[in-house]
Amino acid sequence: MLRFTLERLVGMAITMALVSVMVFLIMELPPGDYADRYAFRKYSGTGVNVTEADIQAIRVDLGLDKPLVFRYFDWIGGIVLHGDFGQAFAFETSVLKVIGNKVWLTLGILFSTLLVTYMVSIPIGIYAAVRRASVADYGLTVFSYLGLALPNFLLALILLYFANKWFDADIGGLFSSEYKDAAWSIAKGWDLFKHLWLPAFVLAWSAVAYQLQTVRATMSDEINKLSVTAARARGVPEVKLLIKYPARLAINPVVSTIGFDVNRIFSELPIVAVVLGLTELGELLLRAYLDLDMYVAGAILLLLTFMIVFMNFISDLLLAWLDPRIKLGTS
Amino acid sequence: MTTVTNGDLNNGNDQPLSAEQKRLLKYYSASQWTLIWWRFRRHRTAMIAAALLVVMALFGVFAEFVAPYGPTSRNTQYLDGSPQLPSFCDDNGCSLRPFIYGVTTKRDPVTLRAISVPDPNKRVYVELLIEGEKTDLLGFIPTNIHLFGLQDPKAKLHLWGTDDLGRDVFSRTIYATRTSLSIGVMGVFISFVLALIIGGTAGYFGGRTDMVIQRITEVIRVVPIIPLYMGLAAAMPKEWSTTQIYFAMTLILGLFGWPTLARRIRSQLLSIRNEDYVVAARLAGARPSRIIGQHMLPSFTSFIIVDLVISFPYMILSETALSFVGLGLRPPTVSWGVLLQQAQSIRVIEQTPWLFIPAVFVVIAVLAFTVIGDGLRDAADPYAEAK
Repeated sequence: MLRFTLERLVGMAITMALVSVMVFLIMELPPGDYADRYAFRKYSGTGVNVTEADIQAIRVDLGLDKPLVFRYFDWIGGIVLHGDFGQAFAFETSVLKVIGNKVWLTLGILFSTLLVTYMVSIPIGIYAAVRRASVADYGLTVFSYLGLALPNFLLALILLYFANKWFDADIGGLFSSEYKDAAWSIAKGWDLFKHLWLPAFVLAWSAVAYQLQTVRATMSDEINKLSVTAARARGVPEVKLLIKYPARLAINPVVSTIGFDVNRIFSELPIVAVVLGLTELGELLLRAYLDLDMYVAGAILLLLTFMIVFMNFISDLLLAWLDPRIKLGTS
Repeated sequence: MTTVTNGDLNNGNDQPLSAEQKRLLKYYSASQWTLIWWRFRRHRTAMIAAALLVVMALFGVFAEFVAPYGPTSRNTQYLDGSPQLPSFCDDNGCSLRPFIYGVTTKRDPVTLRAISVPDPNKRVYVELLIEGEKTDLLGFIPTNIHLFGLQDPKAKLHLWGTDDLGRDVFSRTIYATRTSLSIGVMGVFISFVLALIIGGTAGYFGGRTDMVIQRITEVIRVVPIIPLYMGLAAAMPKEWSTTQIYFAMTLILGLFGWPTLARRIRSQLLSIRNEDYVVAARLAGARPSRIIGQHMLPSFTSFIIVDLVISFPYMILSETALSFVGLGLRPPTVSWGVLLQQAQSIRVIEQTPWLFIPAVFVVIAVLAFTVIGDGLRDAADPYAEAK
């Protein structure tokens, strides 16, 4: 197990190193560089006449005149050695300060979404496989098509509309207005909890559709195995039998795709966040892109990818623990 | 399953074949693609989806003919106007031709704003194939014939209402269908070519080449795709023309859409690269590109087609999502995402819900592609034996 863990850790480090190169290249893509935008942002409308020499001075000051490779190592070195993600010029402070507590909100949304996904898809998927051709089974098929076809930002809009129409409630955002700027307290935490269900539901939408299919398919395969028939012949009670044999195995593909689910959730997060008015990383990422605040954007993209890679790692470990065959196969 | 005993087909006998034997003969002598088509035809939902999609594609191709007005033509008499549904009957009796009410401008009694109200005393008749705005069909055939329009050239028919600038939602949605579907096609095509090259290289050569390519694929797969697309789209200079942005968008969608298909091609190639016929081609001195293209790919073309069809929805959804948040196509280009940009807030949806109609197109297109993909997958499976 130790060897297995170490191997996965090294793999994770290599992937992240390559990802960081890609993220850095994306940060460098927009025309003009940070110094141009910084000068424009700072002096436009102030009447100060900015010359090319001034911009060059800013460039030298920030180390932007160095070749690409050096700038990459400055950037990644700052992150790895000092936890310094650079400057967010739209906010005139460090990226770390801007991102800071939004990381926790994003993690909150992520884990509540994952919770909803598995709480719904595993039991219903198992049920649909046991009762083939039942209402639940057909409902599942229809739903899994809808889960793909109805993009969740549209779902979010529809839900907002009906909540507004029927309950006259403003259900968007992450906090009620009275808690928005308040310090963290139990009341604020409870308020957050009350607002989390909607983004969790919306984001879980397509993940549930996908996982339902997976669980149902594996469960259907497993349920016809001889071991199940043998257990049934021994007189093992039906529910216990389902949990002990097929359900245990039906969970494996779900565990092995946790990383994919996290990926899908983060992929959809920025757009859902805009519609629902969630003030977390996804929304900030979109805003940073629109402002071309590339240090913020790069940091968020890197962080989101890191979370995905990390969840992949966790899922590998969980899977090795659940299914010993995998561990043996690699070493 | 292709071996046939003589008894089955009555070979060498002069007696005419029975109906059953004719059927069998047809079945056993049919080509792979005919078999796939027969099996697909029996998949009723997939056939309906295919028909829907064909209609949608035709609407898009002949947008100038189907849409009564241009995508940016304005009707300042009818801002934020609600859909006008042609009807045959009203309180004043019935008519054989469908009609709508003419519009008169009045003042809102409370806000004193100018508002457009239908006038029940003024009937305007709807006609098919009528002369209207001048356009260029397919961009180069000048015409002024439209599928439908109003008899009275001064009045305008807004089947699905208008937006805040008085632009016809129906016409705009039809034009958007062209943009969104064509972006999907181009994106899928680019990613297909890339997948062929990348997956082909990895699968054919294997070994170290394969390992390096697998690493790179892994990196692209692990980064959340929409934020990645957004980063590339954000880099498009503000001064680019709409055409430049259109092509940049197809490139962006295509450039990162290949990993799934490349994996499929790679694993298929790896599994057959040591088959005798491949080795024979190699010994005969054929170039790798020829061996892959001529000898290896045909053995799994059907799988590739299924994968291509299934990857359409992702392209369409990505384009819609990007344009929706203002990072993709920009007005005056119309695509489903650009149109939905107007329907972003609850207030808009409450007051002018018809702006949400393009969303129905997105859902139908995605559903249709998915259902067709499923149907094709079943049809292409050679082991799903049913005569």
